[in-house]
Amino acid sequence: MSALRRRKAGNVLMLGLTYVAAVLATLPLLFILFHLLQKGASTLTPEFFTNMPRPVGEAGGGMSNAIVGTLILIAIAGVIGLPVGIGAGLYLAEKRVGALAMTVRFLSDVLNGLPSIVLGIFAWQFLVRPFGSFSALAGGIALGAMMIPLVTRTTEEMIRLVPNSLREAALALGYPRWRTSLSVILRTALPGIVTGALVAVARIAGETAPLLFTAFGNQFWSTALDEPIAALPLQIFAYAISPYDEWHKQAWAGALVLIVIVLIISLAARHATRARFGSATD
Amino acid sequence: MGDAIASSGTPGGFARGHRVASLAGAAPGDRVYRMVITAFALMIPALLLLIAVAIGVAAWPALSAAGLSFITTSEWNVQAGKFGAAPAIYGTLVSSFIALVLATPLAVGVAIFLSEIAPKWLRQPVAFLVDLLAAIPSVVYGLWGIFFLVPMLRDHVVPFFRNTLHLGSTPLFSGPAYGPSMLAAGVILAIMALPYISAVTREVLIAVPRSQRDAALALGATKWEMIWHAVIPYARSGIIGGVILGLGRALGETMAVTMVIGNRPEISASLLAPGYTMASLIANEFTEATSDMHLSALMAVGAVLFAITLIVNGIARWLVWRVASGPKP
Repeated sequence: MSALRRRKAGNVLMLGLTYVAAVLATLPLLFILFHLLQKGASTLTPEFFTNMPRPVGEAGGGMSNAIVGTLILIAIAGVIGLPVGIGAGLYLAEKRVGALAMTVRFLSDVLNGLPSIVLGIFAWQFLVRPFGSFSALAGGIALGAMMIPLVTRTTEEMIRLVPNSLREAALALGYPRWRTSLSVILRTALPGIVTGALVAVARIAGETAPLLFTAFGNQFWSTALDEPIAALPLQIFAYAISPYDEWHKQAWAGALVLIVIVLIISLAARHATRARFGSATD
Repeated sequence: MGDAIASSGTPGGFARGHRVASLAGAAPGDRVYRMVITAFALMIPALLLLIAVAIGVAAWPALSAAGLSFITTSEWNVQAGKFGAAPAIYGTLVSSFIALVLATPLAVGVAIFLSEIAPKWLRQPVAFLVDLLAAIPSVVYGLWGIFFLVPMLRDHVVPFFRNTLHLGSTPLFSGPAYGPSMLAAGVILAIMALPYISAVTREVLIAVPRSQRDAALALGATKWEMIWHAVIPYARSGIIGGVILGLGRALGETMAVTMVIGNRPEISASLLAPGYTMASLIANEFTEATSDMHLSALMAVGAVLFAITLIVNGIARWLVWRVASGPKP
């Protein structure tokens, strides 16, 4: 019977270890959130949202320009990433098989795995070098390219969840295929596609690397698309590696704002999916 | 066929003819629609091609001037025009390797916990928390790394390895421990890669058929034996795919690594020594590069990174797809 006892002990040990793994895996998140609140909350006054950055030595100041800059960059990225992503997703969902569909699907996964800094040097080569200036547009385009594969794949998956009977019903009523696709299938899949778009936005909102040499950052107020523009992640980076305590505090506050933005978008994304698919998948 | 029906449509039956044609997929609207979505789909290969060509062209001067020595030599001296990227390549590979060694058991453990063991009410919240790790911006990891992780490793973990485990005399833990180091980069990359590995692993574990588990349990296996002998082998190549996917993430990660690795282009056996990665090299020097050769050298580093991540991701996707599409009957 000792063999059985040994097996049972091994069972308890290994199952216990998976509990340990679950605890260890969630600890970093709790630590990060705790430290952000602990070190960022006190700097997070209303002025932080309305004031411009102050020079070293002056207390206070805020990141209003960086917050606006990040919103502008997200908008540019969305204008580029959403149509292409949704269009390509529609194509993949309608085609399903076929050499081109398989290739596009595979390459979109490859694009998704590309380091963001590579997209940064690409955008620099095409949009900064020829025009001779860092620009919001170059940054937004680099971020938009990052959104494309994410939106493509979620769009495809969400459209595939739409029951085929719906498509057949629309076709049977005499709808042409394009109208079936756009006003029946796409509309039914919309909550899922919104989720995909939000997840993509959440991911690019905090991106820093491709902005280092495209949007570049700006200490002043700028909303021009052809000039360098401030961004929250860039500001956090610059302040974090600076030697000044005052700036470190600002970095923590900025990071707290960024995390709250990302968390709100992530929660909205979950809510959007649950509204439509929750009962079916749970 | 569709065209024939449409053009020979019955007299006075315009609407009817139109409908017949659209069912055959030949209505003008359909043709335009198909062209538009095909064009959007083609933008993805076009974009990748454009990226590859742009970076390849920009990298060519440095690559052709240095040849193989670009990846085999260690001297990165901008003034002397010497560009040896070996330390950055070494740092990228080693920091990612440390990340995988730390993250894989944890991520697979969490995935097993979530798919096989956890009570129902606990699954959603824990899965959500682990997924959230992937949503935290890299620069926030870096900030947290600078002010919490690096001091914590230096003041508590390193003394533990040296004094309690007596590993100070091994090359891995030798030398001064200033803080920013390969170890810190590896740990932070592990945290960042973990959600990717665990998400893929969870997915492939869920794809394992119920009958696989029932058969093992019917033979008298304990729950763990069932998981280890019936579930994991079935999902193995998918799990490996997930790990390689995590590797792909770790290889290209920039901000967090740049903030904690120390950015020194030297190859050292000690995990406590500062290092460099390809991504952090580009991030640090790109805006300061003034000479064309320096820029080209940085583009060449980008090209090497591009090539490595391309291969790694290709393998990962292939492995995951193979499991997701099920076993060949």
